[in-house]
Amino acid sequence: MTVQTVDAPPTPAGQTGETRPGRRHRRDRTGIAYLFLSPWVCGALLLTVGPMLASLYLSFTDYDLFTSPSWVGFDNYRRLFSDDSRFLSSARVTATYVLFSVPLKLAAALVVAMLLNRPRRGQGFYRSAFYAPSLLGTGVALALVWRALFTDGGTVDSITGLVGWDTGGWINEPAYAIWVLVILAVWQFGAPMVIFLAGLKQIPQDLYDAAAVDGAGRWRTFRSVTLPMLSPIILFNLVLETIHAFQAFTPAFVVSGGRGGPSNSTLFYTLYLYERGFVQFRMGYASAMAWLLLLAVGLVTAVFFATSRRWVFYSGEAK
Amino acid sequence: MTTARERLKAIAWQALMVLLVLLLLYPVIWLLTASVKPADEILSSLSPVPSRLVPENYRTALDGVAGISVWRFFGNSVLVSVGAVVGNLISCSLAAYAFGRLRFRLRGPLFAFTLLTIMLPYHVVLIPQYTIFKQLDLVGSFWPLILPKLLATDAFFIFLMVQFIRGLPRELDEAAEIDGCGPVLTFRHIILPLLKPALITTTIFTFIWTWNDFFSQLIYLSDPESYTLPLALRLFVDQTSQSAYGPMFAMSVLSILPVLCFFLAFQRYLVQGIATSGLKG
Repeated sequence: MTVQTVDAPPTPAGQTGETRPGRRHRRDRTGIAYLFLSPWVCGALLLTVGPMLASLYLSFTDYDLFTSPSWVGFDNYRRLFSDDSRFLSSARVTATYVLFSVPLKLAAALVVAMLLNRPRRGQGFYRSAFYAPSLLGTGVALALVWRALFTDGGTVDSITGLVGWDTGGWINEPAYAIWVLVILAVWQFGAPMVIFLAGLKQIPQDLYDAAAVDGAGRWRTFRSVTLPMLSPIILFNLVLETIHAFQAFTPAFVVSGGRGGPSNSTLFYTLYLYERGFVQFRMGYASAMAWLLLLAVGLVTAVFFATSRRWVFYSGEAK
Repeated sequence: MTTARERLKAIAWQALMVLLVLLLLYPVIWLLTASVKPADEILSSLSPVPSRLVPENYRTALDGVAGISVWRFFGNSVLVSVGAVVGNLISCSLAAYAFGRLRFRLRGPLFAFTLLTIMLPYHVVLIPQYTIFKQLDLVGSFWPLILPKLLATDAFFIFLMVQFIRGLPRELDEAAEIDGCGPVLTFRHIILPLLKPALITTTIFTFIWTWNDFFSQLIYLSDPESYTLPLALRLFVDQTSQSAYGPMFAMSVLSILPVLCFFLAFQRYLVQGIATSGLKG
Protein backbone atom coordinates (compact mmCIF):
# COMPACT_ATOMS: atom_id res chain seq x y z
CA MET A 1 0.00 0.00 0.00
CA THR A 2 1.32 3.38 -0.89
CA VAL A 3 -0.03 6.67 0.27
CA GLN A 4 0.64 9.42 -2.18
CA THR A 5 1.31 12.92 -1.05
CA VAL A 6 -1.01 15.09 -3.07
CA ASP A 7 -0.22 18.74 -2.95
CA ALA A 8 -3.13 21.10 -3.00
CA PRO A 9 -3.61 22.97 -6.26
CA PRO A 10 -2.01 26.40 -6.29
CA THR A 11 -4.29 28.98 -4.80
CA PRO A 12 -4.31 32.64 -5.77
CA ALA A 13 -2.33 34.96 -3.54
CA GLY A 14 -4.18 36.06 -0.46
CA GLN A 15 -6.12 32.85 -0.26
CA THR A 16 -3.32 30.69 1.08
CA GLY A 17 -4.09 29.28 4.45
CA GLU A 18 -7.85 29.39 3.92
CA THR A 19 -9.56 26.07 4.33
CA ARG A 20 -12.46 25.79 2.01
CA PRO A 21 -15.20 23.63 3.45
CA GLY A 22 -16.05 20.38 1.79
CA ARG A 23 -12.76 20.12 -0.02
CA ARG A 24 -9.61 18.32 0.93
CA HIS A 25 -7.08 21.02 1.21
CA ARG A 26 -3.84 21.38 3.07
CA ARG A 27 -3.14 24.60 4.83
CA ASP A 28 -0.03 26.60 4.29
CA ARG A 29 2.07 26.08 7.39
CA THR A 30 5.05 28.21 6.54
CA GLY A 31 5.43 29.69 10.03
CA ILE A 32 5.28 26.50 12.01
CA ALA A 33 7.22 24.58 9.37
CA TYR A 34 10.21 26.86 9.74
CA LEU A 35 10.01 26.39 13.48
CA PHE A 36 10.44 22.65 12.92
CA LEU A 37 13.17 23.39 10.42
CA SER A 38 15.06 25.89 12.56
CA PRO A 39 17.95 23.55 13.46
CA TRP A 40 18.15 22.49 9.83
CA VAL A 41 18.15 26.09 8.57
CA CYS A 42 20.98 26.99 10.98
CA GLY A 43 22.96 23.96 9.86
CA ALA A 44 22.34 24.56 6.16
CA LEU A 45 23.42 28.19 6.36
CA LEU A 46 26.21 28.06 8.94
CA LEU A 47 27.69 24.64 8.25
CA THR A 48 26.94 23.99 4.58
CA VAL A 49 26.21 26.97 2.31
CA GLY A 50 28.34 29.46 4.22
CA PRO A 51 31.39 27.17 4.45
CA MET A 52 31.02 26.17 0.80
CA LEU A 53 31.23 29.77 -0.33
CA ALA A 54 33.98 30.48 2.18
CA SER A 55 36.13 27.61 0.92
CA LEU A 56 35.59 28.78 -2.65
CA TYR A 57 36.91 32.17 -1.59
CA LEU A 58 39.76 30.64 0.40
CA SER A 59 40.81 28.62 -2.64
CA PHE A 60 41.92 31.92 -4.22
CA THR A 61 43.97 32.92 -1.19
CA ASP A 62 47.00 32.05 0.87
CA TYR A 63 45.65 31.10 4.27
CA ASP A 64 47.46 29.47 7.17
CA LEU A 65 44.68 29.64 9.77
CA PHE A 66 46.58 32.12 11.95
CA THR A 67 46.95 35.22 9.75
CA SER A 68 44.12 36.52 7.62
CA PRO A 69 43.86 35.14 4.07
CA SER A 70 45.60 37.07 1.28
CA TRP A 71 44.24 37.04 -2.27
CA VAL A 72 46.42 35.25 -4.82
CA GLY A 73 44.01 34.78 -7.70
CA PHE A 74 44.35 31.51 -9.56
CA ASP A 75 47.83 30.80 -8.14
CA ASN A 76 46.75 27.78 -6.11
CA TYR A 77 45.04 26.16 -9.06
CA ARG A 78 47.91 26.99 -11.37
CA ARG A 79 50.44 25.51 -8.98
CA LEU A 80 48.37 22.34 -8.51
CA PHE A 81 48.44 21.56 -12.19
CA SER A 82 51.84 22.89 -13.19
CA ASP A 83 54.28 22.07 -10.43
CA ASP A 84 52.85 19.68 -7.92
CA SER A 85 53.62 16.13 -8.96
CA ARG A 86 52.23 14.77 -5.69
CA PHE A 87 48.87 16.34 -6.49
CA LEU A 88 48.80 14.81 -9.95
CA SER A 89 49.74 11.41 -8.66
CA SER A 90 47.13 11.63 -5.88
CA ALA A 91 44.47 12.41 -8.49
CA ARG A 92 45.67 9.46 -10.54
CA VAL A 93 45.66 7.10 -7.55
CA THR A 94 42.12 8.12 -6.56
CA ALA A 95 40.90 7.79 -10.16
CA THR A 96 42.36 4.29 -10.32
CA TYR A 97 40.79 3.40 -6.99
CA VAL A 98 37.34 4.65 -8.06
CA LEU A 99 37.61 3.04 -11.49
CA PHE A 100 38.35 -0.40 -10.09
CA SER A 101 36.80 -0.58 -6.65
CA VAL A 102 33.33 0.67 -7.64
CA PRO A 103 32.60 -1.64 -10.61
CA LEU A 104 34.14 -4.66 -8.87
CA LYS A 105 32.20 -3.99 -5.69
CA LEU A 106 28.91 -3.54 -7.55
CA ALA A 107 29.54 -6.63 -9.69
CA ALA A 108 30.21 -8.70 -6.58
CA ALA A 109 27.10 -7.23 -4.95
CA LEU A 110 24.90 -8.07 -7.95
CA VAL A 111 26.24 -11.60 -8.42
CA VAL A 112 25.85 -12.51 -4.75
CA ALA A 113 22.42 -10.85 -4.56
CA MET A 114 21.24 -12.98 -7.49
CA LEU A 115 22.69 -16.11 -5.92
CA LEU A 116 20.98 -15.26 -2.68
CA ASN A 117 17.62 -14.39 -4.24
CA ARG A 118 15.93 -17.74 -3.99
CA PRO A 119 13.67 -19.21 -1.36
CA ARG A 120 16.19 -21.36 0.42
CA ARG A 121 16.84 -22.03 4.04
CA GLY A 122 19.38 -19.73 5.70
CA GLN A 123 18.87 -16.86 3.29
CA GLY A 124 18.43 -14.32 6.09
CA PHE A 125 21.53 -15.54 7.89
CA TYR A 126 23.72 -15.38 4.78
CA ARG A 127 22.42 -11.93 3.93
CA SER A 128 23.41 -10.66 7.37
CA ALA A 129 26.79 -12.38 7.24
CA PHE A 130 27.60 -10.83 3.86
CA TYR A 131 26.51 -7.45 5.15
CA ALA A 132 28.75 -7.52 8.25
CA PRO A 133 31.96 -6.36 6.46
CA SER A 134 30.19 -3.16 5.36
CA LEU A 135 29.83 -2.17 9.00
CA LEU A 136 33.15 -3.41 10.33
CA GLY A 137 35.34 -2.56 7.37
CA THR A 138 35.21 1.23 7.46
CA GLY A 139 37.05 1.53 10.78
CA VAL A 140 40.72 1.56 11.70
CA ALA A 141 40.75 -1.98 13.10
CA LEU A 142 40.07 -3.84 9.86
CA ALA A 143 42.46 -1.61 7.94
CA LEU A 144 45.13 -2.75 10.40
CA VAL A 145 44.16 -6.35 9.70
CA TRP A 146 44.53 -5.69 5.97
CA ARG A 147 47.94 -4.20 6.54
CA ALA A 148 49.03 -7.30 8.42
CA LEU A 149 47.47 -9.70 5.90
CA PHE A 150 49.32 -8.11 2.99
CA THR A 151 52.64 -7.37 4.64
CA ASP A 152 55.93 -9.13 3.94
CA GLY A 153 55.57 -12.62 5.39
CA GLY A 154 51.87 -12.09 6.04
CA THR A 155 49.04 -14.46 5.16
CA VAL A 156 48.74 -13.47 1.51
CA ASP A 157 52.49 -13.58 1.02
CA SER A 158 52.60 -17.04 2.60
CA ILE A 159 49.82 -18.33 0.35
CA THR A 160 51.33 -16.97 -2.85
CA GLY A 161 54.67 -18.33 -1.60
CA LEU A 162 53.21 -21.83 -1.88
CA VAL A 163 53.15 -21.44 -5.66
CA GLY A 164 56.55 -19.83 -5.65
CA TRP A 165 55.52 -16.18 -5.83
CA ASP A 166 57.34 -14.25 -3.14
CA THR A 167 55.54 -10.93 -3.20
CA GLY A 168 57.59 -9.21 -0.53
CA GLY A 169 54.25 -7.97 0.76
CA TRP A 170 51.79 -6.17 -1.48
CA ILE A 171 51.76 -3.11 0.76
CA ASN A 172 55.46 -2.62 0.06
CA GLU A 173 55.13 -2.87 -3.73
CA PRO A 174 54.10 0.35 -5.51
CA ALA A 175 52.45 -1.70 -8.25
CA TYR A 176 50.31 -3.75 -5.85
CA ALA A 177 49.65 -1.52 -2.85
CA ILE A 178 46.55 0.07 -4.38
CA TRP A 179 45.03 -3.40 -4.88
CA VAL A 180 45.18 -4.02 -1.15
CA LEU A 181 42.82 -1.06 -0.78
CA VAL A 182 40.64 -2.10 -3.72
CA ILE A 183 40.22 -5.55 -2.18
CA LEU A 184 39.31 -3.97 1.15
CA ALA A 185 36.61 -1.94 -0.65
CA VAL A 186 35.25 -4.88 -2.61
CA TRP A 187 35.11 -6.91 0.61
CA GLN A 188 32.43 -4.47 1.76
CA PHE A 189 30.02 -5.30 -1.08
CA GLY A 190 27.28 -6.16 1.44
CA ALA A 191 25.59 -2.76 1.57
CA PRO A 192 24.87 -2.47 -2.17
CA MET A 193 24.05 -6.19 -2.20
CA VAL A 194 21.25 -5.70 0.31
CA ILE A 195 19.82 -2.93 -1.87
CA PHE A 196 20.08 -5.10 -5.00
CA LEU A 197 18.40 -7.96 -3.19
CA ALA A 198 15.45 -5.79 -2.19
CA GLY A 199 15.21 -4.65 -5.82
CA LEU A 200 15.29 -8.20 -7.17
CA LYS A 201 12.41 -9.17 -4.93
CA GLN A 202 10.29 -6.45 -6.52
CA ILE A 203 10.62 -7.71 -10.07
CA PRO A 204 7.24 -9.29 -10.92
CA GLN A 205 7.37 -13.05 -11.45
CA ASP A 206 5.17 -12.72 -14.60
CA LEU A 207 8.08 -11.18 -16.45
CA TYR A 208 10.20 -14.26 -15.78
CA ASP A 209 7.29 -16.54 -16.67
CA ALA A 210 6.79 -14.69 -19.93
CA ALA A 211 10.49 -14.92 -20.71
CA ALA A 212 10.39 -18.68 -20.06
CA VAL A 213 7.39 -19.08 -22.36
CA ASP A 214 9.30 -17.20 -25.05
CA GLY A 215 12.10 -19.71 -24.61
CA ALA A 216 14.65 -17.27 -23.22
CA GLY A 217 17.71 -18.86 -21.68
CA ARG A 218 19.27 -17.83 -18.43
CA TRP A 219 21.62 -15.23 -19.91
CA ARG A 220 18.92 -13.79 -22.16
CA THR A 221 16.55 -13.49 -19.18
CA PHE A 222 19.23 -11.70 -17.21
CA ARG A 223 19.94 -9.30 -20.08
CA SER A 224 16.32 -8.61 -20.99
CA VAL A 225 14.46 -8.82 -17.69
CA THR A 226 16.70 -8.56 -14.64
CA LEU A 227 19.10 -5.87 -15.82
CA PRO A 228 16.51 -3.40 -17.16
CA MET A 229 14.22 -3.87 -14.16
CA LEU A 230 17.15 -3.36 -11.82
CA SER A 231 18.70 -0.43 -13.68
CA PRO A 232 17.29 2.37 -11.45
CA ILE A 233 18.87 0.63 -8.46
CA ILE A 234 22.13 0.11 -10.33
CA LEU A 235 22.20 3.86 -10.98
CA PHE A 236 21.48 4.58 -7.32
CA ASN A 237 24.25 2.25 -6.11
CA LEU A 238 26.67 3.50 -8.75
CA VAL A 239 26.23 7.15 -7.75
CA LEU A 240 26.43 6.45 -4.03
CA GLU A 241 29.44 4.15 -4.19
CA THR A 242 31.32 6.45 -6.55
CA ILE A 243 30.85 9.43 -4.28
CA HIS A 244 32.04 7.36 -1.31
CA ALA A 245 35.06 6.03 -3.19
CA PHE A 246 36.21 9.52 -4.14
CA GLN A 247 36.24 10.45 -0.45
CA ALA A 248 37.88 7.31 0.94
CA PHE A 249 40.51 8.19 3.52
CA THR A 250 40.83 5.84 6.50
CA PRO A 251 42.04 2.70 4.69
CA ALA A 252 44.81 4.51 2.80
CA PHE A 253 45.81 6.47 5.90
CA VAL A 254 46.05 3.38 8.09
CA VAL A 255 47.58 0.99 5.57
CA SER A 256 50.29 3.44 4.53
CA GLY A 257 50.85 4.79 8.04
CA GLY A 258 49.54 8.21 6.99
CA ARG A 259 52.09 8.83 4.25
CA GLY A 260 50.49 7.34 1.13
CA GLY A 261 53.53 5.24 0.31
CA PRO A 262 55.26 3.33 -1.15
CA SER A 263 56.17 5.89 -3.84
CA ASN A 264 52.84 7.72 -3.49
CA SER A 265 51.04 4.59 -4.69
CA THR A 266 48.36 4.88 -1.99
CA LEU A 267 48.36 8.65 -1.73
CA PHE A 268 44.61 9.18 -2.01
CA TYR A 269 43.38 12.62 -2.95
CA THR A 270 41.88 13.11 0.51
CA LEU A 271 45.12 12.02 2.12
CA TYR A 272 47.04 14.68 0.24
CA LEU A 273 44.38 17.27 1.01
CA TYR A 274 44.73 16.43 4.69
CA GLU A 275 48.51 16.70 4.48
CA ARG A 276 48.37 20.13 2.80
CA GLY A 277 45.61 21.50 5.01
CA PHE A 278 46.15 20.02 8.43
CA VAL A 279 49.81 19.08 8.53
CA GLN A 280 51.30 21.99 6.58
CA PHE A 281 48.40 24.38 7.31
CA ARG A 282 48.16 25.51 3.71
CA MET A 283 44.43 25.98 3.96
CA GLY A 284 43.99 28.01 0.77
CA TYR A 285 45.76 25.34 -1.24
CA ALA A 286 43.69 22.60 0.43
CA SER A 287 40.50 24.56 -0.29
CA ALA A 288 41.38 24.65 -3.97
CA MET A 289 41.83 20.89 -3.82
CA ALA A 290 38.46 20.51 -2.09
CA TRP A 291 36.72 22.46 -4.82
CA LEU A 292 38.40 20.42 -7.54
CA LEU A 293 37.16 17.32 -5.74
CA LEU A 294 33.63 18.72 -5.71
CA LEU A 295 33.90 19.48 -9.43
CA ALA A 296 35.14 15.97 -10.19
CA VAL A 297 32.40 14.31 -8.13
CA GLY A 298 29.77 16.62 -9.64
CA LEU A 299 30.99 15.96 -13.16
CA VAL A 300 31.01 12.18 -12.77
CA THR A 301 27.56 12.20 -11.17
CA ALA A 302 26.26 14.44 -13.96
CA VAL A 303 27.61 12.02 -16.55
CA PHE A 304 25.84 9.13 -14.81
CA PHE A 305 22.53 10.96 -14.81
CA ALA A 306 22.92 12.31 -18.33
CA THR A 307 23.62 8.86 -19.79
CA SER A 308 20.99 7.22 -17.57
CA ARG A 309 18.26 8.15 -20.06
CA ARG A 310 19.79 5.56 -22.34
CA TRP A 311 20.30 2.71 -19.94
CA VAL A 312 17.98 3.20 -16.99
CA PHE A 313 14.51 1.81 -17.48
CA TYR A 314 11.68 3.05 -15.30
CA SER A 315 8.74 0.68 -15.38
CA GLY A 316 5.49 2.47 -16.09
CA GLU A 317 7.35 4.53 -18.63
CA ALA A 318 5.75 4.26 -22.08
CA LYS A 319 8.52 2.90 -24.23
CA MET B 1 14.30 -37.56 -10.63
CA THR B 2 13.55 -33.86 -10.48
CA THR B 3 13.38 -33.90 -6.69
CA ALA B 4 16.75 -35.58 -6.50
CA ARG B 5 18.18 -32.94 -8.79
CA GLU B 6 16.51 -30.21 -6.78
CA ARG B 7 18.03 -31.54 -3.59
CA LEU B 8 21.44 -31.74 -5.15
CA LYS B 9 21.10 -28.14 -6.28
CA ALA B 10 20.03 -27.08 -2.80
CA ILE B 11 23.04 -28.77 -1.26
CA ALA B 12 25.40 -27.20 -3.80
CA TRP B 13 23.87 -23.82 -3.04
CA GLN B 14 24.32 -24.26 0.72
CA ALA B 15 27.92 -25.37 0.22
CA LEU B 16 28.64 -22.34 -1.93
CA MET B 17 27.11 -19.98 0.61
CA VAL B 18 29.00 -21.48 3.53
CA LEU B 19 32.22 -21.20 1.56
CA LEU B 20 31.50 -17.57 0.78
CA VAL B 21 30.70 -16.78 4.41
CA LEU B 22 33.97 -18.37 5.54
CA LEU B 23 35.94 -16.45 2.93
CA LEU B 24 34.31 -13.14 3.85
CA LEU B 25 34.54 -13.58 7.57
CA TYR B 26 38.12 -14.85 7.41
CA PRO B 27 39.64 -11.41 8.16
CA VAL B 28 37.35 -11.00 11.17
CA ILE B 29 38.18 -14.47 12.47
CA TRP B 30 41.84 -13.73 11.78
CA LEU B 31 41.56 -10.60 13.92
CA LEU B 32 39.83 -12.39 16.78
CA THR B 33 42.41 -15.18 16.90
CA ALA B 34 45.38 -12.85 16.35
CA SER B 35 44.36 -10.98 19.48
CA VAL B 36 45.09 -14.05 21.63
CA LYS B 37 48.13 -15.34 19.73
CA PRO B 38 51.78 -15.05 20.71
CA ALA B 39 53.44 -12.20 18.79
CA ASP B 40 55.65 -14.40 16.62
CA GLU B 41 52.70 -16.43 15.34
CA ILE B 42 50.44 -13.59 14.28
CA LEU B 43 51.88 -12.72 10.91
CA SER B 44 53.36 -15.90 9.61
CA SER B 45 51.14 -18.71 10.81
CA LEU B 46 48.31 -19.65 8.46
CA SER B 47 46.57 -21.68 11.13
CA PRO B 48 43.81 -19.73 12.83
CA VAL B 49 44.28 -21.77 16.00
CA PRO B 50 46.90 -20.30 18.37
CA SER B 51 49.53 -22.71 19.66
CA ARG B 52 48.92 -21.23 23.09
CA LEU B 53 46.54 -18.55 24.34
CA VAL B 54 48.04 -15.22 25.30
CA PRO B 55 45.48 -13.31 27.36
CA GLU B 56 48.26 -10.89 28.34
CA ASN B 57 47.63 -9.20 24.97
CA TYR B 58 44.40 -7.91 26.43
CA ARG B 59 46.00 -6.88 29.69
CA THR B 60 48.55 -4.81 27.78
CA ALA B 61 45.83 -3.38 25.56
CA LEU B 62 43.72 -2.38 28.57
CA ASP B 63 46.69 -0.48 29.97
CA GLY B 64 46.17 1.83 27.05
CA VAL B 65 48.56 4.29 25.44
CA ALA B 66 50.60 7.19 26.74
CA GLY B 67 49.59 6.39 30.30
CA ILE B 68 45.89 6.72 29.51
CA SER B 69 43.64 3.75 30.14
CA VAL B 70 41.70 2.22 27.28
CA TRP B 71 38.47 2.82 29.19
CA ARG B 72 39.03 6.54 28.83
CA PHE B 73 39.18 6.21 25.03
CA PHE B 74 36.21 3.92 25.14
CA GLY B 75 34.27 6.49 27.16
CA ASN B 76 35.22 9.25 24.73
CA SER B 77 34.03 7.20 21.78
CA VAL B 78 30.75 6.45 23.57
CA LEU B 79 30.26 10.13 24.40
CA VAL B 80 30.83 11.27 20.82
CA SER B 81 28.67 8.52 19.34
CA VAL B 82 25.78 8.98 21.78
CA GLY B 83 25.92 12.74 21.27
CA ALA B 84 25.73 12.25 17.51
CA VAL B 85 22.78 9.86 17.91
CA VAL B 86 20.84 12.27 20.10
CA GLY B 87 21.58 15.14 17.71
CA ASN B 88 20.44 13.23 14.65
CA LEU B 89 17.29 11.88 16.31
CA ILE B 90 16.09 15.32 17.36
CA SER B 91 17.10 17.49 14.44
CA CYS B 92 16.38 15.05 11.62
CA SER B 93 12.95 14.01 12.88
CA LEU B 94 11.90 17.67 13.22
CA ALA B 95 13.12 18.49 9.73
CA ALA B 96 11.65 15.31 8.27
CA TYR B 97 8.21 16.08 9.68
CA ALA B 98 8.27 19.53 8.08
CA PHE B 99 9.44 18.17 4.72
CA GLY B 100 7.18 15.14 4.79
CA ARG B 101 3.93 16.58 6.07
CA LEU B 102 3.74 20.38 6.18
CA ARG B 103 3.09 22.60 3.22
CA PHE B 104 5.25 25.67 3.24
CA ARG B 105 6.93 28.06 0.93
CA LEU B 106 10.18 26.85 -0.72
CA ARG B 107 9.59 23.28 0.37
CA GLY B 108 10.46 21.77 -3.00
CA PRO B 109 13.75 23.62 -3.56
CA LEU B 110 14.85 23.18 0.05
CA PHE B 111 14.19 19.45 -0.02
CA ALA B 112 16.05 19.14 -3.31
CA PHE B 113 18.93 21.01 -1.69
CA THR B 114 18.88 18.55 1.23
CA LEU B 115 19.11 15.62 -1.16
CA LEU B 116 22.02 17.26 -2.98
CA THR B 117 23.97 17.72 0.25
CA ILE B 118 23.98 13.92 0.66
CA MET B 119 26.38 13.92 -2.28
CA LEU B 120 28.46 16.87 -1.11
CA PRO B 121 32.05 15.90 -0.27
CA TYR B 122 32.75 16.77 3.35
CA HIS B 123 36.04 18.38 2.34
CA VAL B 124 34.34 21.34 0.69
CA VAL B 125 32.97 22.57 4.01
CA LEU B 126 35.74 21.19 6.20
CA ILE B 127 38.20 24.07 6.30
CA PRO B 128 35.71 26.90 6.95
CA GLN B 129 33.97 24.73 9.55
CA TYR B 130 37.32 24.16 11.20
CA THR B 131 37.96 27.91 11.18
CA ILE B 132 34.56 28.56 12.79
CA PHE B 133 35.14 26.01 15.52
CA LYS B 134 38.63 27.35 16.10
CA GLN B 135 37.29 30.85 16.55
CA LEU B 136 34.69 29.54 18.99
CA ASP B 137 37.60 27.85 20.79
CA LEU B 138 35.91 24.47 20.40
CA VAL B 139 38.69 22.63 18.54
CA GLY B 140 39.87 19.83 20.81
CA SER B 141 36.44 19.41 22.37
CA PHE B 142 33.70 17.03 21.21
CA TRP B 143 31.43 19.84 20.03
CA PRO B 144 32.68 19.99 16.43
CA LEU B 145 31.72 16.32 16.15
CA ILE B 146 28.28 16.64 17.79
CA LEU B 147 27.02 20.13 16.96
CA PRO B 148 26.64 19.47 13.20
CA LYS B 149 24.35 16.55 14.02
CA LEU B 150 22.22 18.78 16.26
CA LEU B 151 21.84 21.06 13.25
CA ALA B 152 20.57 18.30 10.94
CA THR B 153 23.54 18.19 8.58
CA ASP B 154 23.17 14.42 8.15
CA ALA B 155 20.78 14.75 5.21
CA PHE B 156 20.73 11.00 4.65
CA PHE B 157 18.65 10.48 7.79
CA ILE B 158 16.25 13.30 6.93
CA PHE B 159 15.68 11.54 3.63
CA LEU B 160 15.18 8.19 5.37
CA MET B 161 12.61 9.64 7.79
CA VAL B 162 10.78 11.64 5.08
CA GLN B 163 10.38 8.43 3.08
CA PHE B 164 9.00 6.74 6.15
CA ILE B 165 6.63 9.58 7.06
CA ARG B 166 5.24 9.70 3.53
CA GLY B 167 4.30 6.05 3.90
CA LEU B 168 2.17 6.72 6.99
CA PRO B 169 -1.59 7.05 6.37
CA ARG B 170 -2.54 10.70 6.20
CA GLU B 171 -5.95 9.98 7.72
CA LEU B 172 -4.26 9.83 11.12
CA ASP B 173 -3.05 13.43 10.83
CA GLU B 174 -6.43 14.56 9.62
CA ALA B 175 -8.18 12.86 12.48
CA ALA B 176 -5.79 14.54 14.89
CA GLU B 177 -6.42 17.88 13.24
CA ILE B 178 -10.18 17.46 13.57
CA ASP B 179 -9.61 16.71 17.24
CA GLY B 180 -7.86 20.07 17.45
CA CYS B 181 -4.22 19.05 17.29
CA GLY B 182 -1.87 21.52 15.66
CA PRO B 183 1.32 20.39 13.92
CA VAL B 184 3.28 20.31 17.17
CA LEU B 185 0.86 17.96 18.90
CA THR B 186 0.38 15.88 15.77
CA PHE B 187 4.13 15.44 15.51
CA ARG B 188 4.47 14.59 19.17
CA HIS B 189 1.53 12.20 19.50
CA ILE B 190 0.95 10.76 16.04
CA ILE B 191 4.09 10.90 13.92
CA LEU B 192 6.82 10.37 16.49
CA PRO B 193 5.44 7.10 17.91
CA LEU B 194 4.87 5.72 14.41
CA LEU B 195 8.32 6.81 13.30
CA LYS B 196 9.96 4.44 15.76
CA PRO B 197 11.41 1.95 13.22
CA ALA B 198 13.06 4.79 11.29
CA LEU B 199 14.35 6.25 14.56
CA ILE B 200 15.87 2.91 15.48
CA THR B 201 17.54 2.62 12.07
CA THR B 202 18.90 6.14 12.47
CA THR B 203 20.21 5.34 15.95
CA ILE B 204 22.06 2.24 14.83
CA PHE B 205 23.61 3.75 11.73
CA THR B 206 24.58 7.01 13.39
CA PHE B 207 26.16 5.14 16.26
CA ILE B 208 28.15 2.76 14.09
CA TRP B 209 29.24 5.37 11.56
CA THR B 210 30.34 7.80 14.27
CA TRP B 211 32.05 5.00 16.16
CA ASN B 212 34.01 4.03 13.03
CA ASP B 213 34.65 7.59 11.93
CA PHE B 214 38.30 8.47 11.83
CA PHE B 215 38.79 11.54 9.62
CA SER B 216 36.86 14.21 11.53
CA GLN B 217 38.07 12.89 14.87
CA LEU B 218 41.64 13.02 13.60
CA ILE B 219 41.11 16.64 12.61
CA TYR B 220 39.35 17.94 15.69
CA LEU B 221 40.84 16.00 18.59
CA SER B 222 44.46 16.71 19.42
CA ASP B 223 44.90 16.00 23.13
CA PRO B 224 45.40 12.27 23.87
CA GLU B 225 43.12 12.67 26.89
CA SER B 226 40.22 13.33 24.52
CA TYR B 227 41.19 10.69 21.97
CA THR B 228 38.55 8.28 20.79
CA LEU B 229 39.31 4.60 20.19
CA PRO B 230 40.29 4.91 16.50
CA LEU B 231 42.75 7.69 17.33
CA ALA B 232 44.13 5.77 20.29
CA LEU B 233 44.59 2.74 18.08
CA ARG B 234 46.56 4.77 15.59
CA LEU B 235 48.67 6.30 18.37
CA PHE B 236 49.32 2.83 19.69
CA VAL B 237 50.46 1.64 16.26
CA ASP B 238 52.77 4.63 15.87
CA GLN B 239 54.33 4.24 19.29
CA THR B 240 54.99 0.53 19.37
CA SER B 241 57.05 -1.81 17.31
CA GLN B 242 56.09 -4.98 15.47
CA SER B 243 56.51 -7.07 18.58
CA ALA B 244 53.38 -5.45 20.02
CA TYR B 245 51.12 -6.92 17.33
CA GLY B 246 49.26 -8.99 19.91
CA PRO B 247 48.15 -6.08 22.10
CA MET B 248 47.47 -4.01 18.99
CA PHE B 249 44.95 -6.54 17.70
CA ALA B 250 43.52 -7.02 21.18
CA MET B 251 42.82 -3.30 21.19
CA SER B 252 41.38 -3.58 17.66
CA VAL B 253 38.97 -6.23 18.90
CA LEU B 254 37.90 -3.96 21.75
CA SER B 255 37.30 -1.20 19.23
CA ILE B 256 34.98 -3.26 17.03
CA LEU B 257 33.19 -4.99 19.90
CA PRO B 258 30.33 -2.45 20.21
CA VAL B 259 29.78 -2.51 16.43
CA LEU B 260 29.72 -6.29 16.52
CA CYS B 261 27.20 -6.30 19.39
CA PHE B 262 25.00 -3.72 17.69
CA PHE B 263 25.10 -5.75 14.54
CA LEU B 264 24.19 -9.03 16.20
CA ALA B 265 21.38 -7.42 18.17
CA PHE B 266 19.82 -5.33 15.41
CA GLN B 267 20.85 -6.98 12.15
CA ARG B 268 17.26 -7.20 10.94
CA TYR B 269 16.73 -3.47 11.37
CA LEU B 270 20.02 -2.70 9.67
CA VAL B 271 19.35 -4.78 6.62
CA GLN B 272 15.77 -3.54 6.27
CA GLY B 273 16.74 0.04 6.92
CA ILE B 274 19.33 0.14 4.21
CA ALA B 275 17.07 -1.66 1.74
CA THR B 276 14.10 0.68 2.15
CA SER B 277 16.13 3.87 2.18
CA GLY B 278 17.75 2.82 -1.04
CA LEU B 279 14.66 1.71 -2.83
CA LYS B 280 12.03 4.32 -2.37
CA GLY B 281 14.06 6.98 -4.05
